[in-house]
Amino acid sequence: MLKRLLCSTAIAAALVLPAVTGSAAAQEFKQGGSMIVTYKDDVSTLDPAIGYDWQNWSMIKSLFDGLMDYEPGTTNLRPGLAESFEISEDGKTYTFHLRRGVKFHNGREMTAEDVKYSLDRVTNPETQSPGAGFFGSIKGFDAVSAGEAEGLEGVTVLDPYTIRFELVRPDATFLHVLALNFSFVVPKEAVEEYGQDFGKNPVGTGAFRLAEWTLGQRLVFQRNEDYWMEGLPYLDEIVFEVGQEPIVALLRLQRGEVDIPGDGIPPAKFLEVKNDPQYADLIIEGGQLHTGYVTMNTRMEPFDNKLVRQAVNMAINKDRIVRIINGRAVPANQPLPPTMPGYDPEFQGYPYDPEKAKELLAEAGFPDGFDTELFAVNTDPNPRIAQAIQQDLAAIGINAQIKTLAQANVIAAGGEPDQAPLIWSGGMAWIADFPDPSNFYGPILGCAGAVPGGWNWAWYCNEELDAMAAEADSITDPARAAEREQMWREIYVRIMEDAPWAPVFNEQRFTIRSPRIGGADALFVDPVHIPVAYDYVYSNDVQ
Amino acid sequence: MAAYIFRRLVQAFLILLGVSLVTFVLLYLVPADPARQIAGRSATAETVANIREQLGLNLPFHEQYLRYLGRLVQGDLGRSYLQKTEVSALIASRLPASLLLMAGAIVCELLLGLTMGMVAAVRRNTRIDQGLMVLSFVGVSAPQFVVGILLLYVFAVQFGWFPIGGYGTFAHLVLPSVTLGFLGAGWYSRMMRSSMLDVLRQDYIRTARAKGVTRLRVILRHALPNAILPIIAMIGIDIGLFMSGIVVVESVFGWPGIGQLTWQAIQRVDIPIIMGVTLVSACAIVLGNLLADLIAPLIDPRIKLR
Repeated sequence: MLKRLLCSTAIAAALVLPAVTGSAAAQEFKQGGSMIVTYKDDVSTLDPAIGYDWQNWSMIKSLFDGLMDYEPGTTNLRPGLAESFEISEDGKTYTFHLRRGVKFHNGREMTAEDVKYSLDRVTNPETQSPGAGFFGSIKGFDAVSAGEAEGLEGVTVLDPYTIRFELVRPDATFLHVLALNFSFVVPKEAVEEYGQDFGKNPVGTGAFRLAEWTLGQRLVFQRNEDYWMEGLPYLDEIVFEVGQEPIVALLRLQRGEVDIPGDGIPPAKFLEVKNDPQYADLIIEGGQLHTGYVTMNTRMEPFDNKLVRQAVNMAINKDRIVRIINGRAVPANQPLPPTMPGYDPEFQGYPYDPEKAKELLAEAGFPDGFDTELFAVNTDPNPRIAQAIQQDLAAIGINAQIKTLAQANVIAAGGEPDQAPLIWSGGMAWIADFPDPSNFYGPILGCAGAVPGGWNWAWYCNEELDAMAAEADSITDPARAAEREQMWREIYVRIMEDAPWAPVFNEQRFTIRSPRIGGADALFVDPVHIPVAYDYVYSNDVQ
Repeated sequence: MAAYIFRRLVQAFLILLGVSLVTFVLLYLVPADPARQIAGRSATAETVANIREQLGLNLPFHEQYLRYLGRLVQGDLGRSYLQKTEVSALIASRLPASLLLMAGAIVCELLLGLTMGMVAAVRRNTRIDQGLMVLSFVGVSAPQFVVGILLLYVFAVQFGWFPIGGYGTFAHLVLPSVTLGFLGAGWYSRMMRSSMLDVLRQDYIRTARAKGVTRLRVILRHALPNAILPIIAMIGIDIGLFMSGIVVVESVFGWPGIGQLTWQAIQRVDIPIIMGVTLVSACAIVLGNLLADLIAPLIDPRIKLR
């Protein structure tokens, strides 16, 4: 597997590189210049408590900050608005010391009161935040979420620059949660002034501030002159033009009118552009925290039989599916993507072996196969992938009828216990919220997600693994991080024994940029910022 | 006349009520749960239930509909589920672009359609006539996204005469207007051709020619104004056609109008926007038809309103 090898070296390089770019770069590159980024869809909202699509996710990261952050281009946590923090012995109390002199875009200094206000706001049911559930381990969360309390009991302001969190249980993912957009700090006065329209009038502490928003046309981000990280951001201005089809954006890039087409290279043009030597240096490939998989509803016959699920795993020709999408992915054999801590590089998974699959089916009592349904989202390339899976299944005698529907309808079907026997996850697959193995378990493979309206479409619930997951997540001591990772590795290998999913591939990211924009490659395939880490790329015009 | 307009307005009101009901029923039946959609994939069951309650989605159908109507009569179209912005503000911000595009399309379809029809009529049964009628046939049948992408490719990418999509200047307006107007131009050229042929056979044309008026002058001064009459009345009806056309054309050209807004909202099942746009479009179509009917007797006194 040469390709896999190359890939992992690229990632290794990506993990090392930004350590250089992050700190030393501040003196290395000159500030100035601007960049034009295009998108097909309107930007929905820039309220960090609400925004939860991949498009506004990174934009919000440039307007706001949280206590924690990641080193650019990596999945390594580092303090953000916090200068330092301490974790108690039992892993249930976190104390953060804030940076002094950090200013909101309105000029006021950010203090611990703002941090508390922001967390109270995001957990308040009236805010309707899709991320409220991430804060479940903070003491007092249940009362707030039931509408019985105004603020989180477990968040205490000790002085303007110190804040303490008390948790109901040790939570190894808590620092990641504090790096999520949902924990970003907002000024109370601005939220109250704009009310429901705060998402259109964002005020934060971030590297950029919103200077203009013409609905349906463009947004302009301007450099925050008072930004607390010296020398950043490099660009003076980022213009986001919305309503541009990816194909049009690419044509404009070729003409020099666009710097980053935010939606990437359209599939129809992919090979042509990728094979053009002119763009060789301008296309950056990287991994994503994404896995595409087929879920098998373990509560519906005949997928309640483990042998049948294993047979499906062996029937799917993953290499062929990767070819169908022009090699924009690498075949997968386990739920976690290779860039995720806890990924097991030794694990071999189920080989592609239709003969063995047939034998398993016969052993399970279906020597002549059976009829079933395969749900998929109706946007390209998902129907084509579903057809490939259909053919592979037909080869072992399983006659799957394809149902292609709009995304929301597939999600709705998956959330019912008896609707969708098979779902191809493309177009709605899990992309991690934060780079931690637990994020790929709870909602999509754990018992908690196997509820009506949940995301565990396989309806897989293994209480033993649930207990093991809870144990792993209670290990907060950084010194035992490796032990925790090992536990997660074991959980996913054991899941694959039960085979509720057939993992198919991990999507690769391809970002194309104009020659005007520079920066380490890792910044253009940043695992946390899509499409690029806006604060760290620079303009070649001013260098 | 006043009674006629009153009756038509009452009809219009009933039509809009019907449209709102049908749209509401259809969107209610869509098997996607808006509360889950808003709550996102990481939400707990309580969050979803809470959102459902806040939006009144847990109420029975008729109550939801009546609530919607109640707000509607106050001019409140609700807030977008995903953008959290007032739907009326979203539509208002995009309406001017769509109106500009439609105006451009009307100019294009008249210019193209009438010229083609007139030339075809004057050069009847020649190669020119046949060629133009084939072109009009293409205009009527070619899907707009194909026409749009072709025009974009040839005139913007290859020749570089126009910008590749976008909004702002006159140059941006040309290609989308032509694309949107091309369909109508096909119809108009056919109608203009037959209407013109009718007129050219009339006695007064022969009289004018016999008096020694030049051929060009006869066509422009005598034939054209008479041939054009039945066509003007059609423009109002075109608005309905445009309403469906802009969804495609605006997406192809990145034109920030309500067509693009609709397309995005449909993909994300943002029900308040879909409802709002449908109602606004229905209003436009009803008004367009009413206007067409009111203008008709003004240009052709033989038509009477009853």
